[in-house]
Amino acid sequence: MNRISNCSRREFCKTGALLGGGLVLGFYLPEKLAGAAAEGPFIPNAFIRIKRDETVTIIINKSEMGQGVYTALPMLVAEELEADWQKIRIEAAPVDPAYNHTQWGIQGTGGSTSVRTSWEQLSRAGAAARIMLEKAAAAIWQEDAGSCRAEKGFVVHRDGSRRLSFGELAEKAAQLEVPQQVALKQPGDCKVLGTPQKRLDTPDKTNGKAIYGIDVMLPGLLTAVVARPPVFGGTVKGFDDSWARKVPGVKAVVQIDRGVAVVADHFPAAERGRRALKIGWDLGALARLDSNVQLQQYRQMAEKPGTVAAKRGDFAAALAGAARKIEADYHFPYLAHAPMEPLNCVADVRPDRCEIWVGTQLQTIDRDKAAAITGLPPEKVILHTTFLGCGFGRRAVADSHFVSEAVQIAKAMKAPVKVIWTREDDIRGGYYRPAACSVFAAGLGADGLPVALRQRIVCQSIVKGTPFEGGLLKNGIDETAVEGAADSPYEITDFLVEYHEAPAGVPVLWWRSVGHSHTAFAKECFIDELAHAARQDPYAYRRKLLANHPRQLGVLDLAARKAGWGQPGTAGAFHGIAVHESFGSHVAQVAEVSVTKKGSIKVHRVVCAVDCGRLVNPDTIEAQMESAIVFGLSAALHGQITFKGGRVQQSNFDNYRILGMDEMPQVEVYLVKSDEPPGGIGEPGVPPLAPAVANAFFAASGLRLRTLPMTPEAIKAAIRMV
Amino acid sequence: MISLNINNKNYQVEVEEDVPLLWVIREYVRLTGTKFGCGIGECGSCTVHLDGEATPSCQITAKEAEGRKITTIEGLGDDHPVQLAWIEAEVPQCGYCQSGQIMQAAALLAANPHPGDDDIDHAMRGNSCRCGTYQRIRRAIHQAAEKSGQGGKS
Repeated sequence: MNRISNCSRREFCKTGALLGGGLVLGFYLPEKLAGAAAEGPFIPNAFIRIKRDETVTIIINKSEMGQGVYTALPMLVAEELEADWQKIRIEAAPVDPAYNHTQWGIQGTGGSTSVRTSWEQLSRAGAAARIMLEKAAAAIWQEDAGSCRAEKGFVVHRDGSRRLSFGELAEKAAQLEVPQQVALKQPGDCKVLGTPQKRLDTPDKTNGKAIYGIDVMLPGLLTAVVARPPVFGGTVKGFDDSWARKVPGVKAVVQIDRGVAVVADHFPAAERGRRALKIGWDLGALARLDSNVQLQQYRQMAEKPGTVAAKRGDFAAALAGAARKIEADYHFPYLAHAPMEPLNCVADVRPDRCEIWVGTQLQTIDRDKAAAITGLPPEKVILHTTFLGCGFGRRAVADSHFVSEAVQIAKAMKAPVKVIWTREDDIRGGYYRPAACSVFAAGLGADGLPVALRQRIVCQSIVKGTPFEGGLLKNGIDETAVEGAADSPYEITDFLVEYHEAPAGVPVLWWRSVGHSHTAFAKECFIDELAHAARQDPYAYRRKLLANHPRQLGVLDLAARKAGWGQPGTAGAFHGIAVHESFGSHVAQVAEVSVTKKGSIKVHRVVCAVDCGRLVNPDTIEAQMESAIVFGLSAALHGQITFKGGRVQQSNFDNYRILGMDEMPQVEVYLVKSDEPPGGIGEPGVPPLAPAVANAFFAASGLRLRTLPMTPEAIKAAIRMV
Repeated sequence: MISLNINNKNYQVEVEEDVPLLWVIREYVRLTGTKFGCGIGECGSCTVHLDGEATPSCQITAKEAEGRKITTIEGLGDDHPVQLAWIEAEVPQCGYCQSGQIMQAAALLAANPHPGDDDIDHAMRGNSCRCGTYQRIRRAIHQAAEKSGQGGKS
């Protein structure tokens, strides 16, 4: 039994109060909802609204970008509320402290944290509302509250003779005090959680009705595109817009901080206008950036000791005494998120208010940025969160640039404006997964197991200079660069991880699974190399080094068993395995791979085992694993952003390829039953995929691919190295 | 002025002849179910039916679409067998590409009521899904084919 704050109906406690167990409870009622309360609906807290017509509206403070929060979060409420799932409605939350992330102190979605960090908060919200409904029924019947019990949208009396619906009880319940104590269900008593539920957003996503930011239409809406510098860090020296202004439909050309915007009646005219602009650019310091040169620079940086991110024992002494020494270096390119919905934002700036419609992952930061640009107080900035056509981190930007552009242009135009990024703008627009290099040295003992291991990681800092620096940059180490490496579970007594911060310049960002997207590849491929050097089976080798990590072993064993490890793969394919923990969840994958006659990698099948602790919606977890495998495979086989002369060489899906239906492997997902605390599911399926494929390719060919992506050209280069 | 027949309705649109049909549908007719993804015919998010044939609407000009029967996701309704199969198989994640996927799949099934996996791979490979829902799309197409075979409307 945990205590909750003393929130009376009229005097809701202020948000941010840290209560027993460090939980922030969402029992503060935003002003605009409090106003609605007088009109009748039962609004016990910021997350629930029950009306006389029986609708139960759950207000969702997370962005729906495909990961299923518009279903998983209502499930948490519905379980404790005993609501009828058919009556559940969802509503995107406004920006308000009541809807802040329970750990971040701002409103936002990311880090595979939504379910984990909302579980208690939403469960308690549901339980408190249920108790009030039960008490309302007890009062009406003049019975003891203990004899009244909520089930599936009704409160029923123990004797079975009376029942009242939530809608009938809403008005009475609204007059009651919010309970100070609520008890949550034991896992075994749950009816909704852990049972597959249909996603609430599916129908609207099959008939064109779901509204994404790019679909928002307003009277008098103008469309803008922005000409941004061809090189990161470049600036506008001057421009000639005389031709652009002559394009039919073009309304204005506006210079903003990030470039020159062309505003028109419609998108095609804005695009035409942009092509007619003549801009002189000062290209800045990155005008000669070249990926091949950068790779050599990173490799050279790794020659020297870096800042220590993790240390156990004495690596140098242990290496000196090792029976065998092994070295390898791994290289990773920049990667674009390439969300299916190109970035966009609608802004309408008036003298007394600003309204924004956007698919964003960081509402508070974007709202505050708009307030700063317009000079309005934050509460006069209304931000509407739409559906997001993918996020992957691309819509969680500390500088709010895609919102900022729209607000600047709308302010200048004194009219509502939608800024649309083309796919080229997106692919060339930066905020990439940083390029990285991992250099290993290890020593094996007489039994073939590693006695010493050192990893040096070279990577730009994602968080430096952002509001996230305080939490994630510690002693010169960007945690997002070394996560998954510094905390490797492999039991190696003399262990050292060092970090070199690569020079800043190219805008970098979290990309689905963040640092794990490269550290897992390095860790899981190198451990495979050590197993091979020791002439041991890579699965058995991992088991020995993970003996004290039951959850790692659990998924590893499950994936190996389901894949038929040790037996020939289907269609003469070869197996590779990888296991990795990230965002509180453990995932192992076995890939079945063959090499085509043209020298490219064909992935036939991926077997995935996941232990993400307590489950909410099992079908969504499966879907997220399938999704992560495709996302990981796109990057592993095709993904790279490269620079020449400072320019990004890729531009659209023809040269920044994402996996197609004809490349889709058969995917099997197995869930480990677990009562562990809930882990994330959006990201943890990504990290093991690429190393499982690379390890399978090694099994098939005897060649190690240490540079991503694993293109036919990379395979040819690996053959030349032999 | 261009005359377009979209979802069995006639529209007179004041637009230059070479504007891609996609933008006419989205910004002039304001049917936003058809999505912009790449603008170069690579991703299939903008797929519509032109006289029943699946076509990326970013690659067709308004003029070229004149006199043809254009069907968008909104014109498919809510209970086309492909849509029902999509719901049954819980295909969508972010959902952004799914209008295009559904239009492509509906055209496939109209031409080939019982496609095999290879037929599906071939027909659907121009429709990208960044969320990676391909396995469920494949399952849903088989389900829709099966249901249609049992006498459901197609």
